[in-house]
Amino acid sequence: MSAKVNAALPLEYQTEQNRMNILGFWVFLGAEIVLFATLFGVYGVLGERYAGGPTQKDIFIVRDVMIQTFLLLTSSFTMGISIFEMRRSNIKGMLMWLVFTLLLGGGFLFMEVREFIHYVHEGATMQTSAFLSSFFVLLGTHGLHVTIGIGWAILLIIQILQRGLTPVTARKAFIFGLYWHFLDVVWIFIFTFVYLQGLVM
Amino acid sequence: MGIKWDEFFVTGDPLIFASQIGIALTLVGALAGLTYFKKWNYLWSEWFTTVDHKKIGIMYILLGVVMFLRGGIDGLMMKGQTAVPENDFLNAQHYNEVFTTHGVIMILFVAMPLLIGLMNFVIPLQIGARDVAFPQLNALSFWLTVSGAALFNISFIIGGSPDAGWTSYFPLAGKEFSPGIGNNFYAVALQIAGAGTLMTGINFVVTVLKMRTKGMTLMKMPMFTWTSFITSIIIVASFPIFTVALALMTFDRTFGTHFFTISGGGMDMLWANLFWLWGHPEVYIVVLPAFGMLSDIISTFARKTLYGYKSMVISIVMISVLSMLVWVHHFFTMGNSAGVNSFFSITTMAIAIPTGVKVFNWLFTMRKGRIKFTTAMLWALAFVPNFVIGGVTGVMLAMAAADYQYHNTLFLVAHFHYVLIPGVVFPIFAGLYFWWPKMFGYMLNEKIGKWHFWLFVVGFNVTFMPMFFLGLDGAVRRAYTYSAETGFGPLMMISAVGSVILAAGFAALVYNIYWSARNAERNIGNDPWDARTLEWATATPVQHYNFASLPEVTKLDAFWHMKKNNELRPLAEDEIEEIHLPSNTWIPIYMGVVFGISGFLLVFEWTIAAGVAALGILAGLAFRSFDYDEGFHVHKDEIFETESKWRKGANKGVKNHVS
Repeated sequence: MSAKVNAALPLEYQTEQNRMNILGFWVFLGAEIVLFATLFGVYGVLGERYAGGPTQKDIFIVRDVMIQTFLLLTSSFTMGISIFEMRRSNIKGMLMWLVFTLLLGGGFLFMEVREFIHYVHEGATMQTSAFLSSFFVLLGTHGLHVTIGIGWAILLIIQILQRGLTPVTARKAFIFGLYWHFLDVVWIFIFTFVYLQGLVM
Repeated sequence: MGIKWDEFFVTGDPLIFASQIGIALTLVGALAGLTYFKKWNYLWSEWFTTVDHKKIGIMYILLGVVMFLRGGIDGLMMKGQTAVPENDFLNAQHYNEVFTTHGVIMILFVAMPLLIGLMNFVIPLQIGARDVAFPQLNALSFWLTVSGAALFNISFIIGGSPDAGWTSYFPLAGKEFSPGIGNNFYAVALQIAGAGTLMTGINFVVTVLKMRTKGMTLMKMPMFTWTSFITSIIIVASFPIFTVALALMTFDRTFGTHFFTISGGGMDMLWANLFWLWGHPEVYIVVLPAFGMLSDIISTFARKTLYGYKSMVISIVMISVLSMLVWVHHFFTMGNSAGVNSFFSITTMAIAIPTGVKVFNWLFTMRKGRIKFTTAMLWALAFVPNFVIGGVTGVMLAMAAADYQYHNTLFLVAHFHYVLIPGVVFPIFAGLYFWWPKMFGYMLNEKIGKWHFWLFVVGFNVTFMPMFFLGLDGAVRRAYTYSAETGFGPLMMISAVGSVILAAGFAALVYNIYWSARNAERNIGNDPWDARTLEWATATPVQHYNFASLPEVTKLDAFWHMKKNNELRPLAEDEIEEIHLPSNTWIPIYMGVVFGISGFLLVFEWTIAAGVAALGILAGLAFRSFDYDEGFHVHKDEIFETESKWRKGANKGVKNHVS
């Protein structure tokens, strides 16, 4: 855990502790994969148990889901550019793209909350059927992750403004990037196995 | 929110009333004592805020021992209730609560903290590191475990204990059949402790991968490190499943969703699957580190390198894979197809193969060894025959067709006690006797240790052996009483007498700790057992920075070879460099407290208040994010002074306590 610096590596990989933190975060993402896989499994089991309530076809709105998908996938792209600018030591560019990422993530959340409110108005609540219980908990867990991510990124931006790019702030930004891309990957599965499959069924 | 104050405290039962008074008096006594002796500052700065893996390990062990007392009293109460037919010492409800908490506490708040405590203390020393990869996270793991344990334990005086069994099967555990808040305690307390365990798993995966000292390749790691590493991987792979299952349970009970209830399209078998997808690997999470301890202890006291090191490693990897593929054997009788039952029957029996390999390796390690019969070694020796009984009855249970006869009887209860007590508790005792000198600088008394050993082993067999026969005769588990005509009476009485002997054995351990702390010899050198691995190369008790200069390893059993080849040279003054260590922090204990408060409010379904309290959790995370404390450096002079002191003493001290 020394502060030995290896300047040949990118900023976020330069210290031993940083390399350990990044590996540790990958292991954490492994646990997150199990968590979401379990939720998908639960949805897979309960997804067609409607108990007389609405089905996927009754409630899903294709247009809104497409907008959500577009917002989140684009935010992953801007996140990538942000880290790219970080590697070029361009703090301004990095923060700008990070703010774009946040705005897109915020837009996604706004759409998701609107979607949930719409469902509840239609009488499709978490308590209506097993299908909706598993749907809301799977989507809600993803949405909660996005919300935490936004709070996290705001703290990150403040720290980069305070301290500039150091191995520590660079590592924090890099790890946040991993997290954000992970949420994007989870969304692709939600889009495929919840929305597309639900509409095709 | 609908607070029902009259249901807040559990009242009416004289046993519980006595515990309430007992708890209140103990608390007042402890607080007054700490204030009178002015120990608050010491506790806060040396223990509560520490990030030192050794102190965290010792605190875990303390938690485990205290919980052992609670879980043991639960066990004695059950044995007291069933000792004679139609007893009315406990009523049905109280009995349900006692067997539920006994199971949860013994697995999650005794076995886990004791094992993780020993892992914490030993692993960084065995791999030649200064700490774990994430010291602050380690402290957080500990305080979350404490928080969960505290929450779970207050249930029996506040609100009511969980009463649906440690497996909490639905629909029994749902609102319909368990309307009180007892099962909320189960869901929330285990959620908090489980989050702590998951972080421990992540921490140790990275620690073992990244913090090994120079030359220590994976295949040169001591066996305890290997098994703990594999255990950590199983934790990361299985605990998130439990997290989800418990969260869904909370949603069903508190927010009226339909995951596990039949109404609304839910599915009770979903709970059974999710629970055992975590629950079965959990068995191996507790048993593998215990196996690792046995390997290190047996090779030390047989004075030989572990036989079949490579096959040991392959076995634990095989066990870890198979552990994920056997969960259905917990419910063969709950309506699976014959094909499904056959598959899980075969995978379950397959676990006997790598486990058998390990048992034979231990036996071959002892063969032609010059065995020293220390207390630690006695536990390891007693492990073999007792665990084999557990293993063989396990294969009997693994036969799906035959399981229809045994399931839910005391035969099953006897089986898993024969696996978990010799397979986990014996090794933990062995580990405590073995590593105690490294932790505290003195040994536990060997003579009292032998009392502990004989009482415990005899008591264990007298308690659980009759239960095999009771089970085959049809005595079901979880029944609070039985009629005299069943003929269970005599064997039940023998079993109850055994449990008292067992408890006397545990009392001997507690007495041993007390006696040794007061009277044991302090000048014992750094290597009292003539051991083989790196943790014995440091001072006893270990200096706070672990190693003055990190050792270099060339062989398995590195320390043994260093001793044999006279490579243990004195540390030259110019070799000493400043050592960087992390600072203490209040954040982990703060997080434990806010998690506990929000959890408590959630248990009582005061969701808005719980949400507000949860803001405290977010505040803690934000504080942590802005914490740029870089730690501190231990000065060269301090290192020199400490090192020369113990190195001089090491030669003078009694070299070898057991010849």
